[in-house]
Amino acid sequence: MAFKLNVNGRTSTVDAPADMPLLWALRDILDLRGTKYGCGIGQCGACTVHLAGQPVRACITTLEMVKDRPITTLEGLSPDGTHPVQIAWQEIDVAQCGYCQGGQMMSAAALLVRNPKPSDRDIDTALNGNLCRCGTYLRIRAAVHKAAELAGAGTTTRSAGAGALRDRE
Amino acid sequence: MKRIEEKPMLERRSFLKISLLAGGGVMFGLTAEHQAVAQGRGAPQVAPDPHNFIKVAPDGTVTILAKNPEVGQGVKTMLPMLIADELDVDWKQCKIEQAPFDESKYNMQSAGGSTATPVNFMPMRQVGAAGRALFIAAAAKTWSVPESECTTSSGRVMHQGKSLSYGELTAKVAELPAPNLATLKLKDPSEYKIIGHSQTQIDLHDIVTGKPIFAIDMKLPGMLHASFERCPVLGGRVVSANLDDIRKLPGVKQAFVVKGPDVQGIPTSYPALVDGVAILADTWWQAQQARRALKVQWDEGAAAAGSSTAFAQKAAELSKQPPQRTLRNDGDVDAAFKNAAKVVEAAYSYPFISHAPLEPQGATARFENSKMEIWTNSQQPGSGRRQVAQILGIPQDDVVLHMVRGGGGFGRRLTNDYMIEAAAIAKQAGVPVKLLWSREDDMEHDYYRPGGFQYLKAGLDASGKIVAWQNHFISYGEGENFVASGALQPFEFPQRFVPNYALHSSVQPLGLRTGALRAPTSNAIAFVIHSFLDELAQAAGKDAVDFRMDLLNQAPAVPAGGSAPPGVNAERMKGVLQLAAEKSGWGKKTYPKGTAMGIGFHFSHQGYFAEVAEVTVTSTGANSHKVKVNKVWIAADVGSQIINPSGADNICQGGVIDGMSELMNQKITIEKGRVQQTNFHQHGMMRMAQAPPEIEVHYLKTAYGPTGLGEPALPPILPAVANAIFNASGKRVRSLPFSDSGFSWA
Repeated sequence: MAFKLNVNGRTSTVDAPADMPLLWALRDILDLRGTKYGCGIGQCGACTVHLAGQPVRACITTLEMVKDRPITTLEGLSPDGTHPVQIAWQEIDVAQCGYCQGGQMMSAAALLVRNPKPSDRDIDTALNGNLCRCGTYLRIRAAVHKAAELAGAGTTTRSAGAGALRDRE
Repeated sequence: MKRIEEKPMLERRSFLKISLLAGGGVMFGLTAEHQAVAQGRGAPQVAPDPHNFIKVAPDGTVTILAKNPEVGQGVKTMLPMLIADELDVDWKQCKIEQAPFDESKYNMQSAGGSTATPVNFMPMRQVGAAGRALFIAAAAKTWSVPESECTTSSGRVMHQGKSLSYGELTAKVAELPAPNLATLKLKDPSEYKIIGHSQTQIDLHDIVTGKPIFAIDMKLPGMLHASFERCPVLGGRVVSANLDDIRKLPGVKQAFVVKGPDVQGIPTSYPALVDGVAILADTWWQAQQARRALKVQWDEGAAAAGSSTAFAQKAAELSKQPPQRTLRNDGDVDAAFKNAAKVVEAAYSYPFISHAPLEPQGATARFENSKMEIWTNSQQPGSGRRQVAQILGIPQDDVVLHMVRGGGGFGRRLTNDYMIEAAAIAKQAGVPVKLLWSREDDMEHDYYRPGGFQYLKAGLDASGKIVAWQNHFISYGEGENFVASGALQPFEFPQRFVPNYALHSSVQPLGLRTGALRAPTSNAIAFVIHSFLDELAQAAGKDAVDFRMDLLNQAPAVPAGGSAPPGVNAERMKGVLQLAAEKSGWGKKTYPKGTAMGIGFHFSHQGYFAEVAEVTVTSTGANSHKVKVNKVWIAADVGSQIINPSGADNICQGGVIDGMSELMNQKITIEKGRVQQTNFHQHGMMRMAQAPPEIEVHYLKTAYGPTGLGEPALPPILPAVANAIFNASGKRVRSLPFSDSGFSWA
């Protein structure tokens, strides 16, 4: 079947079965490989994208379910890494392997739109569906606060303990 | 012979090679006769002719090649930092690239055993220092001044107001004789400008913008996507499959049987390539869909009888019988038990667990003109290359590897089974193939951390000192062979610290592949030993830290001139134990009921770690206990220098979170030879809301050579949390995971 997909502001026609998950249409047909496969059952969040601004798991969202809603992927935050979430993730040096981070960032970006000053608890709730196998959660939390700050929203409860980028003897 | 940890490896004989590159740059490299010892991984590696690490373009851009596989441990940033600092260039003028796979040039290119730092700390600095010496020589010659009067800074050579950039000198450098590495002057640590200063990960910009940099992202012209169905029982053979039906399904281009080497009985070690059915399609999802319609008749073989329940029953039986072997027997434990004031016995166990890196296994392979080209995130590509050549029957020189970033390793990518499968499928298909395992494939066909059982008995004298320690360790294997990562070292702590010490072992056959999981052996043994030590401290009526300090003080002195015994260096361990106690305020805090601290320490992969966890346990029923880890303190001694503090803290904190996942929720079970867990919902890892809000990392700088951080932060957190849970709730849990005993994260 032919589906018209509006991804990152561009419309493409994808000829694929209706039950194909959006994840595989993005990765294998549209060549947008920033969206990752981790579990295929909505458990890990590595495939998180925005559907009409809402974070969804692309691995369990079929093409049929997308309808005419616009899709934003990690590549759509900004191609040059200048979205506040992307800047914050770099400043805090969040990643270890980096594989989950796209999904984490998409969950974070969606959170900041609806809640520009999230508390630690707000962040935990919004990102609890995103697994990080390397265990970078403290830095992710710090980076979401940083992104909120960069977006001009300021912060409320700050994370402690991430300890990013401190020099030591 | 001194151990690596006492002194980083030095090159015996080395010199610099230079070659001109296309594009006007110059490459420098180190040639060394090198005794590389990968600690814990056996034979010395010999790398006869390494070279080519640095390229300086005429515009001054410095390109540094990172030689080892990057799977999230930060090595692609850390190793070039060593080169750049000694080269005396600014980090921001450096471009870092992944080196090609060529161990004849780059020495061992692997990611395992926390070895990158101890093995490379000296040679990478020498590469940089040799480069700097050449630029000085070129400038001195240009100005006709003595080299000794020239200085460098930020990629420039200076002499009495004159200055030339490395870029301006790069062509001249090519004509100069190579300096002798042995005579190079390396920087004093006080002169470091990059080493010891936090640098963000090299690939971070690509990660946050979604660039296709992982193995799963590879794409070749004309490539098909492959899915591979394996027998649910290890060693099973394909008898028949409905391939004709599969070939008609949407998107499917090919379907065929792949044959692995024959398997007889239940061997201790299985071949890397197993029988299976490959389905190749236009998209991976279509290949997966077609797999649902696949009907394979398997000859399941001998492992089909495997059962976790039966393994546990057999272990209990073996524990009551005389041990099959004695691995260590110091003093006379039986006599010591007779004379002991108190004898404490406890049975501990831990399950098989899966590595589950977030990027599932996979590789891209192309067989063209008799050459096999593979894009892989292997942690041990050299071993994979040899196996590909052997299994496919092609010369090793015809196997070309490209190292691609891996979405986590944790030891899973030390085995190259998936890369060998990709190569076998691509060779048979005649087109480029990207093989991807589903998460279910990954969880059901791992090289699991082996489970085990430890039956411990210890004797205390009237003063509360441990006088005897006995362990009947029950593992898997056959005769004198343990399955991979299923052994215990005879010198495992507290051997040498207890006068009468016996380690016995018994094994039973397994029928499952096992392998190294982050901090192999240590990830289980630390939980067992330090939980039991807390039981002994309680029996002795002593504080957990004091009791351990007393034990560490029992180490017999090493005779003058004698080589250090393997295992724990008591002074270093006492240092981190003291630091962890100090930083956490051990014994100085008053907590409400249900909140307490626990401690554990462990030596592994040359690193000394002591960790304290503060937890709150809330019981909502006899068999329902919620655990919140409020804070963790890490005290680490990995020698004299932390190279990249940001990366170091990150990986220590990650190791602690990883260990907590193992403690609480992870377990692989087998019935009828089949792994029963399929995905993350059955093999839980810690989530953000469950993670402790704070994990402090403290380094104790000592005079020893720098060592790695990938593994040793993990093991002590398991007993630290387990002991804190006991202190908070009175519940001593001796079997992992804790979820089996009614515990869960708050």
